[in-house]
Amino acid sequence: MLTRFFERHPFWSVIILLAVAILLWLIFAVWPDGLEDVIGKKKIFLNALFNGVTLGALYFFVASGFTLIFGLMRNVNLAHGSLYMLGGYIGYEVADATGWWLLSFVAAFIVVGLLGIVLQYVVFRRMEGEDLKQTLVTIGISIVLADIMLWIWGGDFYQILAPKWLSGPVTLPLVTAVKSSGDAVFLKYPIVRLVILIAAIVVGILMWLALNRTRVGMLVRAGVDDRDMLSATGVRIQRVFILVFAFGAGMAGVAGVVGGTFQSIAPGEDTRFLLASLVVVIVGGMGSIPGAALGALIIGMAEQFGSVYFPTYAVVLTFLIMVLVLAFRPQGLISSRR
Amino acid sequence: MAVAENPDNAASAGIVSVPATDLPWWDISRIPAAYWVVGVILVILPAFSSNFVLFQIFGWSLILGMIALSLMFLAGYGGMVSLVQMTVAGVAAYMMAIFGTSAIDTISVGWSWWITIPIAIIIAMIFGTVSGALAVRTEGIYTIMITLAIAAAFFYFARQNYVLFNGFSGFNQVLPPHVFGVDWRAPVPFYYLTLFWAALAYLAVLYVSRSPFGLALQGIRDNPRRMAALGFNVTAHRVAAYTFASFIAAVGGILLVWLNGQISPGAVSVGPAIDILVIAVVGGIRHPVGPFIGAIIYVILRTFALDILVSLGLAGERFQLLIGIGFLAIVFWSSDGVLGLWERWRQRAGRRDPLTGEAAGSSGEGG
Repeated sequence: MLTRFFERHPFWSVIILLAVAILLWLIFAVWPDGLEDVIGKKKIFLNALFNGVTLGALYFFVASGFTLIFGLMRNVNLAHGSLYMLGGYIGYEVADATGWWLLSFVAAFIVVGLLGIVLQYVVFRRMEGEDLKQTLVTIGISIVLADIMLWIWGGDFYQILAPKWLSGPVTLPLVTAVKSSGDAVFLKYPIVRLVILIAAIVVGILMWLALNRTRVGMLVRAGVDDRDMLSATGVRIQRVFILVFAFGAGMAGVAGVVGGTFQSIAPGEDTRFLLASLVVVIVGGMGSIPGAALGALIIGMAEQFGSVYFPTYAVVLTFLIMVLVLAFRPQGLISSRR
Repeated sequence: MAVAENPDNAASAGIVSVPATDLPWWDISRIPAAYWVVGVILVILPAFSSNFVLFQIFGWSLILGMIALSLMFLAGYGGMVSLVQMTVAGVAAYMMAIFGTSAIDTISVGWSWWITIPIAIIIAMIFGTVSGALAVRTEGIYTIMITLAIAAAFFYFARQNYVLFNGFSGFNQVLPPHVFGVDWRAPVPFYYLTLFWAALAYLAVLYVSRSPFGLALQGIRDNPRRMAALGFNVTAHRVAAYTFASFIAAVGGILLVWLNGQISPGAVSVGPAIDILVIAVVGGIRHPVGPFIGAIIYVILRTFALDILVSLGLAGERFQLLIGIGFLAIVFWSSDGVLGLWERWRQRAGRRDPLTGEAAGSSGEGG
C-alpha cells in the first residue's frame, strides 16, 4: 500500500518524507542557537508537540465512536458530546467513591454504552434514513441531557484524579537544551498523558484488528459498504447496529473519563467535544477509523501549536484546516467511501 | 402562480391557495381571509397591548421568526439545513456596531445609519454566500455539520478577537437612529418597524418560492441529478439561495442588535444557532408562516417558563429542560412541527365530520 502510494504520488511522498525528517530532527537534535531565536525555545516546541499528540489521542477516543456509528448506520448522533460529558461525570463519581481510576473507565464504558443501546433501540431504529429527523431528535436529546447533568452536577469543574503511580512527570530521553556547564536538560512530561497516548494507540490498533480480522468486524465492514445487501444475506443487522452503537457510545464515555483526567468536566464541554469530533471526522473522512486517527492528530496538533505560536487565532487555524480540506477533498483525507 | 404551491403546504398553514384565475395581481379579493385576520390583528395590536408585550414578545418573536425564516427557506425549499443563519445575523449585527455607533468608541467608526445598514447587509450576505458555497459542496447531513462548524468558528473568533469584535464583552449601546423625528427604539415604532420587515420577508419568501428560481430550487431539492440533466446549474442555484436567505437573516440581525441594544459572542454561539433550528422546526419548515409560529412559542416559553415552573413548585432554572422535552416531543411525533400537527388534526377532524365528509380535511375556512 505504501509503495503504491509512492508510485501514484511521487511528489507528495517526497514532501511527506521531508516533513517527517525535519520533524524528527527537530525532536531529537540539540537545536542550534540561531533556530531558538526564530521559533522560540525547544522546550516550548516539544511541549506543544506532545500536548498536541496527546490531545489528538483524546480527540481520537471521542471521534472514533462518532465516525464508527456514522460509517455503519449513517446515524448522525449530535448527542455524542453529551455522551462524552456523561462518561466524564460517571467516571468522576466512580473514581471519587471507590478510588479506583481504572474502574471508572469500565463504569463509564458500560453505563454510556447501555445508554447508547437505549438510544439505538428507542430512537434511531424508528427513523432509519431520516437524516434531518435524527439530527433534530439528537439535538433535542443533547439539550435535555445537558440540562439534566447541570441539574445533578451543577456548574462546577470536576477533575478526575489519576492514581499515584500515574501522577507526576517522567523524564524523557529528549534533550531540550544544553546548559553552559555542558549538562543536557531532558524533557519532563506528565506520565498520565503518555499513558493515555499509548492507550489510544493500543485501542486504535485493537479497533483496526477487530474490524479487519474478526467475524463481527467483517459484518460491520460489509454493513458500511452495503447495508441492504448484508441484511438480505440473512445477517441480523439490527444486532450489529446495536453492538456498534453501544461500542461507539461506550468509547465516548471512556473519552469522557480521559478528558476528565486530562482537563476537566464542566457544562459546555459537550458542545466543545461534539464540535471537535465533527471537525475531526470532516478532516479525516466520515466513517473511517484511520481517518479519525489522522484527523484527530492534525486537529490536536493544530490546536496546540496554534495556541503556542499564534494564541489569538488558534481556533481559526483549526477551522482553516477544515475549510482547506473541504475545498480540495470534500470527502475527507482518508475516505471510506468512494 | 399559485398553482405552483404544493397543496400540502397551503393546507398545513390553514391557508388555502387561491387557484390561478383571471383576476389581476392587485385584486385584493385574491388575498385569503386568514391573511386579513392576522394582518389586521397585528396592525391594531399596539392599541390594546402593553409596551412589554409589543417590544419583548412580538418584537423579539418577529425578529427570531425572520432569522428562522431564512433557515426555513433553505431547508424547506432547498433541502439544505443551515445552522449558519444566526451567525449571518450576528455578522450583520456586529457590522452595525463596528461601522455605526456604540459605547466602544475606540472601535466603532460612527458612520450614520444610511451607510451602515447597507454595509452591514452586504458584508453579512458575503459571509452567508461564502459559507453557503462551502456548505453546498456537501449534501444532507454533512451540510448541518459544516454549517455548525462554521458557526462555532465564528463564535470563537469573535470571542478571541479584541481588535475588531471587542472579544468577550462585545458591543453595547448599539441603538437605532432617530429618523423622521421618530425614536425607533420606542416600543410602538420598533414594533411597526419589525412588523414591516417581517411581513416583507414573509411575502418575499412566498414570492420567491413561486418564482422560476424558487421552483428550480425545489426541483433541485427533490432531484438534483435530474435538474442538472435538464441544464440547471445546481450549485449556482443553491449558493444563490444562501445569498437570498442571508439577506433576510441580515435584516433580522440588524433588528436584533437594535432590540437588545448590544451584541456579544454569546448571541452567535452554538446555542442560539440551534435555537433558530428549533424555532423553525417546531413551527414547521414547509411553509413560511411556520418559523413565526415557532418563534412566538419559543419567546413565550422563554419569557414565561420561569414563572410557570416556579408556580408549579419546580426550580426555575429547568426551563431549558422544558424547551428540550417540548422540542423532542414535537420532532418525535411530527417532523413537520406545529403546522404538521395542525394539518393532521384537521384531517382527522374532517374524517370524523359526517356532514362534510372527506372534503372537510382539504378545504378550510379561508376559501
